[in-house]
Amino acid sequence: MNALTPPQYARTYRYDEVDREFLRERIAEFRGQVERRLAGELTEDEFKPLRLMNGLYLQLHAYMLRVAIPYGLLNSAQLRQLGTIARRWDRGFGHFTTRQNIQFNWTKLEDVPAMLEALAEVDMHAIQTSGNCIRNTTTDEYAGASPDEVVDPRVYAEILRQWSTLHPEFTWLPRKFKIAITGSPNDRVAAQVHDVGVLAKRDARGEVGFEVHAGGGLGRTPIIARKLRDWVPESEFLAYMEAVLRVYNALGQRENIYKARIKILVRDLGDEFTQMVEREYERLPRDKYRLDPEVVAAIAAHFAPPPFAALEDQALPEDPEFRRWAAASVRPHKQPGYASVTISLKPIGGIPGDASADQMEAVADLAERHSFGEIRVTHVQNLVLPHVRQEDLYTLWQGLRAAGLATPNIGLISDIIACPGMDYCALATARSIPIAQRISERFASLDRQHDIGECFINISGCINACGHHHVAHIGILGVDKRGEEVYQVTLGGSATNDAAIGELIGPAFSYDAVVDAVETLITTYVAHRTPGERFIDTYRRIGATPFKDALYAPA
Amino acid sequence: MPLLEDGRLRPDDWTSIEDDAPLPDGPAIVSLARLRAEADALAGRNAPLGVALDPGTQPEEVAPFLPRLALVALRLPKAKDGRAFSQARSLREHHGFGGEIRATGHVLPDQYAMLLRCGVTTVEVPEGTDPNTWARSRDAVRIAYQAAQGAARPLSLLRRKLELA
Repeated sequence: MNALTPPQYARTYRYDEVDREFLRERIAEFRGQVERRLAGELTEDEFKPLRLMNGLYLQLHAYMLRVAIPYGLLNSAQLRQLGTIARRWDRGFGHFTTRQNIQFNWTKLEDVPAMLEALAEVDMHAIQTSGNCIRNTTTDEYAGASPDEVVDPRVYAEILRQWSTLHPEFTWLPRKFKIAITGSPNDRVAAQVHDVGVLAKRDARGEVGFEVHAGGGLGRTPIIARKLRDWVPESEFLAYMEAVLRVYNALGQRENIYKARIKILVRDLGDEFTQMVEREYERLPRDKYRLDPEVVAAIAAHFAPPPFAALEDQALPEDPEFRRWAAASVRPHKQPGYASVTISLKPIGGIPGDASADQMEAVADLAERHSFGEIRVTHVQNLVLPHVRQEDLYTLWQGLRAAGLATPNIGLISDIIACPGMDYCALATARSIPIAQRISERFASLDRQHDIGECFINISGCINACGHHHVAHIGILGVDKRGEEVYQVTLGGSATNDAAIGELIGPAFSYDAVVDAVETLITTYVAHRTPGERFIDTYRRIGATPFKDALYAPA
Repeated sequence: MPLLEDGRLRPDDWTSIEDDAPLPDGPAIVSLARLRAEADALAGRNAPLGVALDPGTQPEEVAPFLPRLALVALRLPKAKDGRAFSQARSLREHHGFGGEIRATGHVLPDQYAMLLRCGVTTVEVPEGTDPNTWARSRDAVRIAYQAAQGAARPLSLLRRKLELA
C-alpha cells in the first residue's frame, strides 16, 4: 500500500474522478491568478479576495496557508501528508484551528502551488478557508460514534460542502459565512453562535429534518442565533439554505465590515428576516433544488459504519495514571466494546492546537492500528480517534504517551482555546498564546485540574474573537490600552444547548496579573461549590458578585 | 465600452440615457425611476428598452415592467460586491426574464463563469480588454456542484446523481 492510499475503512468522503478533475482545474486556475498578479494584470486589491478564497493569508511575519479539513474528518494518509507538508514547507509544525482546519503559519508564497499539489495527492485543498464565502462546515467530532446521535451529520455536512463549493451566487457575500451542523440533541458544535446552525433530527416516523438557526456569532457583537424554523424536510434542505443565503446576499450590509455579518441583519430585521426567508423559500423552484433521497443515500454510503467487531464493554486496567487519562479522554461509543478517544493538543505550557510533523505521523499510525485509520479535528483544537476497541485503550495510551500526546486534560482548565494572537496575526492587539501557556503552567498539577473539573477557558487576542472567549466559562480578551496589553475577563459563557454570552466581570487585568485573576476565580469557585458542581453551575447559582468581590477587593 | 458575449467582444448597440436627456431612436437604457415615471411613453417607443438597476434594488421592483424590457443592466460597484449575482438569478428564476442581463462596473474575469451561471449574458468591459483572458477564466473550472441557470448546464455532482436516479 502506498503511503498516500487511504485506509480501506476510514470513512472520509472518497473523491471520484470528477472531484479530482475539479481540484486540478481549481489549482490551475489559482496558478493563473498568481501569474496575472505577478504580471501586474491584477492589482493587490483584486488579487486579495482570490488568494483568500484559496486559503492564503498574509500575516505579521509570513503568508499563512489554511487547509480545509471538511467537517474535521481526516484519514491517516491525509494526516501523514499534512505532517510531510509541515516538515517540508513549514517549520515542522501545523496548527489546528477552531474551524476544524489546519494552518501552516510559515508559508512562502513561491511554495504554495507545490503545497496545493501535495494536498491534492490526498484529495485535500485550501478552497474557501478564507474570504467572504461559505467556509468549511463544522460538525460533531464524535459523529458516527456517539451514543446520543440521532442523525449522522457528516452526510449533510458533505452535501453542504458540495453545494457551497464555488457556489455561483454566494461566493461574493458581504462577509464570511460559517455553518455548523449537529445530529445530536446535545449540541457539541456551538450551533447557536454560527451564521447558520443546523440541528438534524427525526420526526415520529423517523424521517430526517432540520431545525435551522441563523444570525449567531461572536466577534465584536456577540449574538445568540435566532431560530428560523423548527423543521425543514430533508428534501428541501438545500432550497431552504438557498433562501437564507439569498436574503443575506441581497440585504446584508456591505459598507461597514463590522456590520456585514448575517447576525447584524437578523438582529435588525428580527421576525421580518424569518418572513423574508420564508417568502424566498416558498417561491423557489423547489424541484430544481430538491435533495433527492438517492443523492443522500449515495453520500451516506461514504460514511457507512466501519466493520465493527462483536465485542462487549469491558473494565479498564487498574493503572492509576492510565485511569486518570481515560477519565478525561475516553468517551462512550454507540458500539459495545468500543470507545472514542480525544487526543489533547494542549500539553502543559504548550501552544494550543499545535502538532509537530512527528506527532501527526504518530497519530496517523495509531489511527491505522486502532481506529480504522480515521481521525477527527475538534473545534476545541484537539484530535479524536473515533472508533477504538476498549481492549486497545491501554496500548493506545502508551503510544500516545511516547509521542507526547497523552496529557489527561480534556475538558479541564488547561484545555484552552486560544487564537494565534499577536505572535502571528496581523489583526491582533494582544498576545494570547503566552497567556494560555502561563495559565496552563499555573494549573500544571493534574490532580488539581481533575479536582477543579470541567472548566473552559478561551482566549482571544483581539475583539474579532477567534478564540471564542464570549462562550467560555472564563473568557479572556486581550486588547490594547494606550500601548499596553490588557485582558478583560468574562464569566458564564456557554457554547452548548444552553448557549450564553459571558458577562464582563469588571476592569481589565494587566498581562502580568491576568493569571492571578484566573487563580482567584478558581479559588472562589472551589470555596463555594457544592459536591459535583461545575464552575459554570456554581457561577450560575451564586452569580457574579462573589467572584467580583474576590477579584477587586481592596488588598 | 465594448461588450463581452460568449467570450468574444462585440460593439454595444445600446445607449445609457440620463434621466433628463431626450431618448434616442435606438435601443436605450434608462433608470428604474424614469421607467416608473414615464412607463406609458416609454412603452410607446418603437425601439428596444432596457433598465439599469442599482445593486440595492430588489428585482421585484422592476417585475411589472419586465415584459416590455429587452435588457436589464446590473452593476458591481466593487468586484467583491456580489449582489448582482442574486439579482440576476432572481430575474431568471422568479420573474422568468428572458432578455439580456448585463453586468457592468468592476467585474473581474474570475467572476465571469459564475455570472454566466447566475443568468448574466453580457459583461461591459474596458477598452483594450483581452477577451482571451475572460474566455480562459470562464473555462478554467468546468465542473460545478450546483445547478445553474440556462440550458448549458455544467456537470454537477449532486445533479449527476439525480440524473442517474
